[in-house]
Amino acid sequence: MAINTAPQQEAALIRRILAGEPELFHELIRPYERLVYVTILTMVRNEAEAEDGAQETMISAFRHLNTFRGDARFSTWLVTIAMNEGRKRLRKAKTAAEDPLEVLVEEKEGDFTPAVLTDWREIPLEALERKELRQKLREAVELLPEKYREVFVLRDIEGLNQEETAGAIGINVTLVKVRLHRARMMLQKYLVPYLKSEVPGRGGFFRRWFQ
Amino acid sequence: MKLDCKHVWEHISGYLDQQLDPALLKAVQRHLETCEVCSAILDSTRNILVLTADDRTYELPVGFSERLHAKLQAVIAQNRG
Repeated sequence: MAINTAPQQEAALIRRILAGEPELFHELIRPYERLVYVTILTMVRNEAEAEDGAQETMISAFRHLNTFRGDARFSTWLVTIAMNEGRKRLRKAKTAAEDPLEVLVEEKEGDFTPAVLTDWREIPLEALERKELRQKLREAVELLPEKYREVFVLRDIEGLNQEETAGAIGINVTLVKVRLHRARMMLQKYLVPYLKSEVPGRGGFFRRWFQ
Repeated sequence: MKLDCKHVWEHISGYLDQQLDPALLKAVQRHLETCEVCSAILDSTRNILVLTADDRTYELPVGFSERLHAKLQAVIAQNRG
């Protein structure tokens, strides 16, 4: 999902909200509902809990809007609040169960072996349409160790750029790249068995997509 | 520059994000042209990203937006009073 609200437009909205038009807050946050919800959902792994957390995040953002400094993007600021909210809820629930995907994480950054598949090249369109595959992907994302998951969620699910992602998490851009790569490779490894399909691949469709 | 498979794997993300410098990009591309294994890994990773970006993968619960804005409105009203 691309977030395209112009920063100037947002800054103007924020000024008006603080100057006595609080109802405009509804408009300000509308583009970010999914961003906040998914950020928390992938942490707490429970839809009701994530919805509660998203509401708390937005309320907190409203109450603290006067502390928002224009040097960061509003989306980045919001994600930071959402991640804190998610962590708070995780601590409370003590859901820190072991992460099965952790076994896939080798000791050294950058050292990994992707799953090798030779009998198919592309996921056929029909396979991508399968609900189960989307479900498997959500499961796999939830199983990623936190430091990889948070980068993957912001970059690949929510489409924040590298700088925004780095700013929201509080790490540098190089680390964003390294962790994103690791996250993708872990997902690739985990998902390959489910990507296989009885239907032979229709070469080329998704190859074109990304070029 | 000649790369083996393990080196190519390290650059799959950079390749998909179009962040490789020209020399490296050329070397990776040359390898991919002849290596079935690496191009299959690249394709599967790319497909996962396609799936990830699909809005249906992460949907908001029905009524999410309405409930959120109702709650916010209550807070806003309270704040005024």
